[in-house]
Amino acid sequence: MKNLFVSLVPQSGGMEPNDSKAINMTMIVLAILALIGIAFGVHSLIIGHEHTFGVTREVPWGLLIAVYVFFVVTSTGLCIVSSIGHVFGYDNFEPIAKRAVYLSIVTILAGFLVIAFEIENTWRMPVANVIGANLTSNIWWMGTLYGAYLLFMIVEFILLLKKNHKTAAAFGLAGLLSGVAAHSNLGAVFGLLNGREFWHGPYMPIYFIASAALSGSVTIIVCTYIGYKVNHWQMSESMKTSLRSVGKLAALTIAILLFFTIWKMITGITGHPPGKYLAMQTLLSGSYSINFWIGEILFGLVLPLVIILVFRSRNITALFIASLCAILGIMAMRYDLVIVGQLIPHYHDLPLVDYPKLFSYMPTLHEIMVALSGFALTGVFLLLGEKLFRGHVVEEH
Amino acid sequence: MKIQELKKMKNEGTRDLSSRERRHFLKMGFIITGVYLGGRVLSLASTVKAAPSSMVPQQGEYSYSPHYTMVVREQRCIDCERCVEACRSVNEVPEYGRRTMIHEKRRPMADDGFETVFMPILCNHCNRPPCVRVCPTTATYKDEKTGIVVMNRDRCIGCKTCMTACPYNARYFKEEGRYVDKCNFCRDTRLAQGELPACVTACPAEVRIFGDLTDKKSRVYSLLHTPDTYVWVLRPETGALPNVYYTTA
Repeated sequence: MKNLFVSLVPQSGGMEPNDSKAINMTMIVLAILALIGIAFGVHSLIIGHEHTFGVTREVPWGLLIAVYVFFVVTSTGLCIVSSIGHVFGYDNFEPIAKRAVYLSIVTILAGFLVIAFEIENTWRMPVANVIGANLTSNIWWMGTLYGAYLLFMIVEFILLLKKNHKTAAAFGLAGLLSGVAAHSNLGAVFGLLNGREFWHGPYMPIYFIASAALSGSVTIIVCTYIGYKVNHWQMSESMKTSLRSVGKLAALTIAILLFFTIWKMITGITGHPPGKYLAMQTLLSGSYSINFWIGEILFGLVLPLVIILVFRSRNITALFIASLCAILGIMAMRYDLVIVGQLIPHYHDLPLVDYPKLFSYMPTLHEIMVALSGFALTGVFLLLGEKLFRGHVVEEH
Repeated sequence: MKIQELKKMKNEGTRDLSSRERRHFLKMGFIITGVYLGGRVLSLASTVKAAPSSMVPQQGEYSYSPHYTMVVREQRCIDCERCVEACRSVNEVPEYGRRTMIHEKRRPMADDGFETVFMPILCNHCNRPPCVRVCPTTATYKDEKTGIVVMNRDRCIGCKTCMTACPYNARYFKEEGRYVDKCNFCRDTRLAQGELPACVTACPAEVRIFGDLTDKKSRVYSLLHTPDTYVWVLRPETGALPNVYYTTA
C-alpha cells in the first residue's frame, strides 16, 4: 500500500512546492482544528444529539445537513468542471482538471465526515444499507451512488497520476454520471416530500445540479489561486486562460441561478400558496431576510456576477474575489434551503392556540465545531495536495 | 363536419383499410399501451396495492386485515392528557418525547366568545406513508398484516429523514435506545396481549375509538359510516392516506 502511494506521488516534474514553515504550520493548525471538531462530533455521538445539537423533533435537520449538502454540491460541481476538459475534451478546461478531480475527492470526504456525525447511528449504516436497501428511498440512492462516485473519482485520479488518460476519462465519465445521479437524488430527498411545501416539486433536483456547476467553478478558481499564491508559483498562460473560461462558466451559471431564484420567489408569492408563501416571506422579509438578501443574493449571485462582468473575467485576482464571495453566498443558500424548509409548522393551516407561527432552530457549538472540521479538513488536503502532487500540473498530451 | 351529418353517413367498414393502415393503427396501440405500462412500472411502487376511491376505503378496498384504524371524536376531548400520560408510561416515552399530543383549536363565535376544540394527534399509520418511502434501510415499514407503521429499532441509522418526511410531526428520536420512536397502536405493549392501545383505554371521554375497519360490526366502521356526520383526515393534500380519522359523530 505504501509502495503504491509512493509510486503515485511524483518525485519530480510539475512545480517545486514552497516548503516554508508558515505553510506547514497552517496545515498543522488546520489539522488540529479538524481533530477538535471530530472530538466534538464523537462527544455528541456518545451522549446523543438531544444534549448537544440544536435540532428538534420539528426541525430534525440542522447546520450539518446544510454543510453536508454544501460539500457534496461542491464535489459534484468540481467533477462536472473537471469533466468538461477531461471527458469532453474542451482544451480550455484541461489545466484545472487534475486539481478539480483531486478536490472533488477531498470535498466529498469532508461531506461524509460531517454527515457521519449528523447521523446518530453511523455505525449501523454499512449493514443496514445493504440488508435493508429501500429502492424507493432517495437518500438510499444518494448514499449508494455517492459511494460509487467516490470510488470512480479515486480511480480516475490514480489513473491520471499514472498518466493513463484514456482510461481515466472513462472513469471520469462514470464518476460524472454517478455524481449527477447521486446529486439529483439529493435534490429529490427534499423535493419528493409532499408534506414540506417549500421543498416539494421538481425544482430541487434541477436547482441542485445548476448550483453544483457554480460551486465547482468558483471552488476551483479559489483553490487554484490559493495553491499558486502560497507556493509562489507563476501562473502559466494556459492556466490563466483556463481560469478565465471557468469564470465565464461561473457567470453563466449565476445567470441561470438568478433566473431560477426569481421564479422560485414569484411562484412562492403569487396566490399565497399554503406553506410555501410563509417560507418565502421568511426569506424575503422575515427572520432569514439578511441571509437571503445579503448572503444568497448579494454575495452569492449579484456581487460575483458584477465583478466577473466588470473585469470581463480577465483579472485573476478579481475572479478569485468574486469566487470567494460566491462560496460565502452558496453557504447561505444551503443553510436557508435546509432550515427554512423545516420551519413551517406542520399544522400551519389550522387555528391552533399556543402553536408557533414558525419553528426555530439555532446551531450549537457542537454543530459549528463539526462543520468547521469539514472546512479544516478541506484546507489541510488542499495544501497537502499542492505539495504532494506538485501543483497538479497537467502535461500536454 | 356536424354530428348530424356524420350520423347520416354510411359505415365504411374495415374491409377497405389497407394493411399498412391497420399495421399503423396496431403500432399506435402498442406504443400507447407500452407508455402506460412502462410508466406504471417505473413510477415508485406505493405500499398499497390499490388506492381507495374515497378518503375512507370502501368494502373490497381494504389493504389489510385487520385494517386497524383510529377514529377521533375531537369535540369530546377535554385535554386532560391522560392519553399522553398512559402512552408515556406504557411505551416508556421519555420526558422530552411524545408519541401523541393534543392541540387546541379556537375559533370566534357570534356572541364574541370562542369555541375551543382539542385535537389529539398521533401517527396516522398512513396507507401511503412518506416516512416508509424515505427510510433508506427499511427500518420503518408497514406491517403487512395490520397496516401499522412499525419501527425495526436495530436498523434505524438515525438519519431522521422519516421525521422530516412525516406531515404530522408524529416521530421523535429516542436517545435511550438510539432509534426514532413513534406510535404503533401499542402493537408490542398491549395489542399483542389482546388489549386496546393505552390512550384508548385511558380516555375518560371516549374520544379515541380503535378497531378493525374491515369488521362491519366494529365501532370504527359504524362511526365512519354514520349519516349526518362529517369525517375528515389531517393534511389530506399530502396524499399520505391516513388511517386516523376525525369525526363529528
